[in-house]
Amino acid sequence: MAPLVPSQEELQRRRIIGINAETVTDIPSTDFPGHWPGESHGWALDQFKNNFRVEFHRNERFEASFSLIGLDAAVANAFRRILMAEIPTIAIEDCFIHNNTSVIQDEVLAQRLGLIPLKGSVEGINWMHWYKKASEDGSVEEDGPCDFNTIVLHLDVECYRNEHAHPDEKDPRILYTNSNVYAKDLMYMPVGRQEQYFVGDGAIAPVNPDILIAKLRPGQKIEMELHCQKGIGADHAKFSPVATASYRLLPDIQIVRPILGEDAKKFAKCFPKGVIGLERVTAEEAAQRGSGYEGHAGEEKAVVKDAFNDTVSRECLRHDEFQGKVKLGRVRDHFIFNVESTGQFESDMLFLEAVKVMKLKCNRWKRGLADLVG
Amino acid sequence: MPESVHSQDQDQSMVDAELIEQPQSNDPILEEKQIVVLPGATETAASFQFEGEGHTMGNALRYAIMKNPAVEFCGYTIPHPSDPKMHVRIQTDDTTTALEALEKGFNDLMDLCDVVTEKFTAARDQFNAESGNRMEA
Repeated sequence: MAPLVPSQEELQRRRIIGINAETVTDIPSTDFPGHWPGESHGWALDQFKNNFRVEFHRNERFEASFSLIGLDAAVANAFRRILMAEIPTIAIEDCFIHNNTSVIQDEVLAQRLGLIPLKGSVEGINWMHWYKKASEDGSVEEDGPCDFNTIVLHLDVECYRNEHAHPDEKDPRILYTNSNVYAKDLMYMPVGRQEQYFVGDGAIAPVNPDILIAKLRPGQKIEMELHCQKGIGADHAKFSPVATASYRLLPDIQIVRPILGEDAKKFAKCFPKGVIGLERVTAEEAAQRGSGYEGHAGEEKAVVKDAFNDTVSRECLRHDEFQGKVKLGRVRDHFIFNVESTGQFESDMLFLEAVKVMKLKCNRWKRGLADLVG
Repeated sequence: MPESVHSQDQDQSMVDAELIEQPQSNDPILEEKQIVVLPGATETAASFQFEGEGHTMGNALRYAIMKNPAVEFCGYTIPHPSDPKMHVRIQTDDTTTALEALEKGFNDLMDLCDVVTEKFTAARDQFNAESGNRMEA
């Protein structure tokens, strides 16, 4: 027997998660074999290919917003989690402090330095290897820093009194030189093959040169050697390539019974601007029996203009006059992603990288199946 | 690296590049991590333990395996939050085995990734071309 195929209306109905004043309904996905009697729902690649869509809303260098439509939450969430925790980047990991007479303590300074996002040639970062640390039980030996696993930065700043400053000068930035230590003071020292990879614009440098690292006064000095290594966000947040990577489900507003006149204006005010629009009831609609518009020709009615921008605040559900006239929901398989890069990679590349990591993980585990241990 | 701390010569802590060959593998995340079949497994019903894996793969894999009509049950759990282990339980009917279902799950996920990459790239290129045109106009 051929499997039953549900109607388009039924499929559309199943896509909506209901949002009520105090509860949510129809939360889990139901598109699995065996859930709906007679229907198939087995994995079919060509079907997925036909249904899956991507829509871009914004694509700036370091901030992208796009919709993935036709995906399950499990997969969308995997991409989001990989974006935040499993895409490798470079960050300062080891600080060798030769001299630090500033007021900021060694360990606080080291922590601050680690969090500075660094940029550099993507090709070079991909070429870099992981730095193997010694394991606690001593079974794994440490790699030792090499050109393919460590990038060296130097920070050498000393604060001096500015001889040419006016005697009455109060501003420490003019009174002293190097009173503020900024991220731009980090000097990159290429070693070995790094000279081929990190050249010109691809040199390792802080994304934002104006990050304040420390403040100094005359006679104080910071002298350190910083070793940057490759790592992932799961290990430490400083390695995360994204400032934020989040998704939300597309809001869905259905006006089930007409909302007219003053009520319509009040209804529109329950939503962010542009979500609900006001239109005149046409003579045609008013002539239709049972439409709820009878005798209201020319009056204003509320219509859904753009549910995308809704925050689903549920404000409209608090008012008695809208009781039973509106249904709020979210579309189960429409994920509006927002990816903001910290500046190492372009944000659209980051998402592609996340998909790549996911595939790589699958591949590795699949190979691991060969030597299963029982 | 204690010599670096005491040394005044800044280049000394780096080993000369030519001396050390780069290791072949470039991915420690899954290196030497293995899948273990937990005791009590039969052909069609087994629990697999993934070391160093979490909700990221767990839930996505559960979804892919549940999409297989021959699978009667599939679920995943992380038995203890501070133990980096993830368990996947698979029970299938007679037409397949738990192991095959797991492998199919990986294959389906990889196919899915290919489609996502393809469609994402196409949508991005189209969007960039259109917004480029708009700016020129």
